Amino acid sequence: MSDALSHAALPGVVISFLIFQEKDFFLLIIGATISALLGAFLIMLIKSTTRITSDTAMGLILAVFFGGGIVLLTVVNRNSNGNQAGLDSFIYGQAASMIWSDVVITTILAATVILIILIGFKEWKLLLFDPNFAKGLNLSIKGMNTVYLIILVLTIVIGIQAVGVILMSALLIIPPVSARYWTHSFRKMMWLSGLFGGMAGTIGTTISALGSGWPTGPFIVMISGLIFLLSLFFGAKKGIVVEYLIFRNKKNEVLKLMPPAQIVREGKR
Amino acid sequence: MTDVLQVEKLSAAYRKNIILNDVSFTIPQGTLTCIVGPNGAGKSTLIKVLLGLHPNLSGDVSFFGELLKNVKKKVGYVPQRGSVDWDFPTDALDVVMMGMYGQIGWVKWPNKSHKEKALDALRKVGMADYANRQISELSGGQQQRVFLARALIQNADLYFMDEPLAGVDAATERAIMAILRELKKEGKTVLVVHHDLQTVEDYFDQVLFLNRTVVAHGAITSTFTANNIKKTYGGTVRWLKEGIGIVHSTI
Repeated sequence: MSDALSHAALPGVVISFLIFQEKDFFLLIIGATISALLGAFLIMLIKSTTRITSDTAMGLILAVFFGGGIVLLTVVNRNSNGNQAGLDSFIYGQAASMIWSDVVITTILAATVILIILIGFKEWKLLLFDPNFAKGLNLSIKGMNTVYLIILVLTIVIGIQAVGVILMSALLIIPPVSARYWTHSFRKMMWLSGLFGGMAGTIGTTISALGSGWPTGPFIVMISGLIFLLSLFFGAKKGIVVEYLIFRNKKNEVLKLMPPAQIVREGKR
Repeated sequence: MTDVLQVEKLSAAYRKNIILNDVSFTIPQGTLTCIVGPNGAGKSTLIKVLLGLHPNLSGDVSFFGELLKNVKKKVGYVPQRGSVDWDFPTDALDVVMMGMYGQIGWVKWPNKSHKEKALDALRKVGMADYANRQISELSGGQQQRVFLARALIQNADLYFMDEPLAGVDAATERAIMAILRELKKEGKTVLVVHHDLQTVEDYFDQVLFLNRTVVAHGAITSTFTANNIKKTYGGTVRWLKEGIGIVHSTI
C-alpha cells in the first residue's frame, strides 16, 4: 500500500504547483496528501466493487498516478517560467535543500503521527493481528482503517521531501522488516524500526554530505538496505547465522545423546 | 430456560451464491450446541453473519433479546485458526490479553492484574508454560488453546467457536471439551461448529444440522438420528447403527 500511495502523491504535488505557481513546501505537501488519499480511496473502491484484487488495484493506481504526475511535470517544464526548477526533485527527494520551516512542518507532522500511534497502541496491534476479533470488542474497523490511511499518507508526505516518491516506500518497508529479525515483540519492533530508520537517515545524509553533489535520498535507502542485510544474517531472533548456530548446537546435543555406533553391522559393508 | 440467541429467517450470500437461506432457530441458555453439516453448508458463514462480520440479505438476529451492538461484551468468539497471521510479532500471553483490551480502554496499558488474569486463563487451557513463546512457535493445538484462553478471559455469556477441534490431537480435544463443559456448568452457552459426527453424541447436548438452511435442530437424544444425518449430508455419508463410523460412498 505504501508503495502505491507514495507514487500517487506525485500528481498532487505538481497540480498544487500549477495552481499556486509557488514552491511553498506546505502547499505542495497538501497537494501530495490529497492526491495520495484519493489514490487510497480509489484502491478501496476498486477492491470493494470489482473482482480485482488489492495487489492489482495498487499496481494500477501506482502506475496511472505516477504516469499522470510525470505528464503534468512535463507540462510544467514546457511552460517554464524559471520557477519550477527543483519540482522534479520530489521524485528523487531533496533532503539536502530542506530549509528551517520544512524541518518544523516535518517535525509537527511526525509528532502527530507518533501521538496517534501511542493513543491506540494496543488497539492498532489488535487491528493488524485480528480485525475480526477487534470488531467483536466494539472497535470501529472502518474508522480505524481510515485513520490508519491518513497517518500512512502523512508519513509518506513527510518522507517524500527527504527521499522522493520512488524511494519513500523503501523507507517505510525496510526498517520494520529489519527490526522483525531482532525481536518477537510488537512494541520493541516499533522502537527498533524507528531507530533503524533514524540511523539510516543520519548515516546516509552524513555520507552524502561528504562528496559534492552526492544524492541524499538514495544514500539513505542504501544504508537502510545495509541494515537489513546485517539483520538478515545476524538478527537475534530470526537471523540466518543465529538459526544456523541453534541448529548446529542441537545437532551436537542429539549426536552426544545417541548411543555409540554399533560395532557389529549386519549385511555387506 | 431463557433464550440467549434468536435467529429469524436469516439469509446470506457470497456474490451470486446464496449460502444461507431462511435460517431460523433459537438457542436456550446453558446449552452446548454443535453445528454440523457438509463442507460449504454455510456453517462458518452462519457464525460470521450472526456476529456481523458478513452482511446478511434478510432476517433478524437478537442476542439476549437485544441487538448485538448493545451486548457485545457478553458475546465471545473463537475464530478459525487459519484466520490470522501467526508470524505476527507477539507471544501467547499478549494474544490472551487482547481479550481484555475492551475493558482496559484506549491509551492505557495492561497492568499487572491483567497479566495475572491472562496467565490464569493460559493455566486453565494448560498453556502456562508457553506464555512467552512467540505464537508462530506454537503447534496447531496450542494455537487453538491460546485462542480459547483469549475468549475465556472475555468472560462472555455466549460463545461462538469455529471448529475449535479441527486438527488438534486427542489430548487437546479432551482438554478443550472439559473447558466447554465447565462453561456450560457456569450457565454459559456455547455454539460450536463441528466436523466429527462420531463425537457429537459424547460432547454436546444439542445439535443443529445445517445445509444452507436448518435441516433439524434439537436435543441430541431426539434429533441426532440416522435419518437427519442422511437428510443433511445426502447420500455421501452412511450411518452405521452398530459401530459408529463414517463411510464415504463409492462413486
